[in-house]
Amino acid sequence: MSASRLAERVARESYGRLLALLAARTRDVAAAEDALAEAFAAALTAWPRAGAPDNPEAWLFAAAKRKLIDAARRAQTAVQSEAEIVRGMEEIEEEMAARDIPDRRLGLMFACAHPGIEESLRTPLMLQAVLGFSAERIAAAFLVEPKAMGQRLVRAKKKIKEAGVGFDVPGPEAWPARMSAVLDAVYAAFASGWSDPMGGDPERSGLTEEAIWLGRVLASQAPQSAEGLGLLALMLHLDARRPARRDADGRFVPLDQQDVALWRRELIEEAEETLRRASQLGEPGRYQLEAAIQSAHASRAWRGSPDWDAIVLLYQALTELTGSPVALLNAAAAIAQRGGAEDGYEAAEAASARFPVLRDYQPYWALLADLCAKLGRKEAARVAYDEAMAREQDGAVVAFLKARRDAL
Amino acid sequence: MKYAVLVYETNDDFAAREDARAKDYWDGHGAYFGALQAAGVFTGGAGLTPPRAATTVRVRGGARQVTDGPYADIKEQLGGFYLIDVENLDAALAWAEKCPGARTGSIEVRPLIEMNQ
Repeated sequence: MSASRLAERVARESYGRLLALLAARTRDVAAAEDALAEAFAAALTAWPRAGAPDNPEAWLFAAAKRKLIDAARRAQTAVQSEAEIVRGMEEIEEEMAARDIPDRRLGLMFACAHPGIEESLRTPLMLQAVLGFSAERIAAAFLVEPKAMGQRLVRAKKKIKEAGVGFDVPGPEAWPARMSAVLDAVYAAFASGWSDPMGGDPERSGLTEEAIWLGRVLASQAPQSAEGLGLLALMLHLDARRPARRDADGRFVPLDQQDVALWRRELIEEAEETLRRASQLGEPGRYQLEAAIQSAHASRAWRGSPDWDAIVLLYQALTELTGSPVALLNAAAAIAQRGGAEDGYEAAEAASARFPVLRDYQPYWALLADLCAKLGRKEAARVAYDEAMAREQDGAVVAFLKARRDAL
Repeated sequence: MKYAVLVYETNDDFAAREDARAKDYWDGHGAYFGALQAAGVFTGGAGLTPPRAATTVRVRGGARQVTDGPYADIKEQLGGFYLIDVENLDAALAWAEKCPGARTGSIEVRPLIEMNQ
């Protein structure tokens, strides 16, 4: 393996591990990032000449440590003295000598998703600190100006440092509230890629894989978190269907029309196994319910049809747990699948009576339109398709709705 | 790290210091002070008189301007502060949550600038 290939592989696997170690003591993510970047640059020069070291991570840590100490020496305003940094790094090196490089990425993720960090910045911060994403790439994924994203990330890192946000995994009493912020931040990364059904923008699609990577880190570092496992199972189930979400011409294919032969079975199996482990922990939650819903959809691959009874019940449970109008609308759609369009129509009307906000929501009108069409109420269906199209930004989805309207 | 736990109080909180609720008010802060000391995290602090006792000074263009009242007319005013020395922000927030003012006013947690450089 060439030195640059090795550096790339180590970067992917070790970036977050090394950053978590370098930043934990100083709480200075920006300084740790700079030091780590310099260490990787030094590796690209040194490794081809002298050969790659036996333990690339330890080499990179030692190089980054020197940069960090140099930087602390230069900076007059450092909150922590050089001696303190040296002491902290020595402790970590002793740990590294005793066993494998310690994995403190979970603590880093908790710091990034701290309630003291503005919510919209938690995911970008996590992508940068744990995965080493550039501000440009994160900005592209979240449709923000790169410069603005860079400035906001700098501010968030300053907040972590100055406010003294801890890099330790919080104690069990704080766990439920703090963990959900971490999970939401990871899921936001997944959703940013997933909500782009055309997959036209590779920067955005890429984030689904990165989110799954973060989910695997979570599952390995916090195997006792049922919701962490639930989130991983959910993302794996959804990602398993990626090859079936678009037809040969790149058009969006709805779930019920997807060719199950295109679903990635190994991901479905991993999702099922992960969800089983989650349910054994006996702490149900939002992500496990959502994963279970996707599991019931996936069962079409071997049962021939999805388990609609289960899907209806799970969406109803999700509505009660989260108060989400969208969950109740999805329950209505599942009722239509299970018992026919008339039942579904009644359930959809009941959903919008309970949550009037649904009348501003494109999928509500798309569902009504579809059900009216099935019931032969063509005029009502046309009106509902118009309402749906008026509430949709995505041109491909509008085209999909228009085709359905024209086919009436 | 050293933090200031700034207690912002509503008009009603300030009133509670002096009306029939005064004993509860002062006992609450007394117990909190005791808990901070018992935990070994208390390093200082002070209670402030109500905003009606405040006088604000500004120097503009070399001229001194003195006005009656606090620097800004806002719903919650600084009523006092505790200085604590704890491990990190989470520990500071845990103490802030226990502060009597948290249930009616707001507690702002702000790290102190380290002066020992």
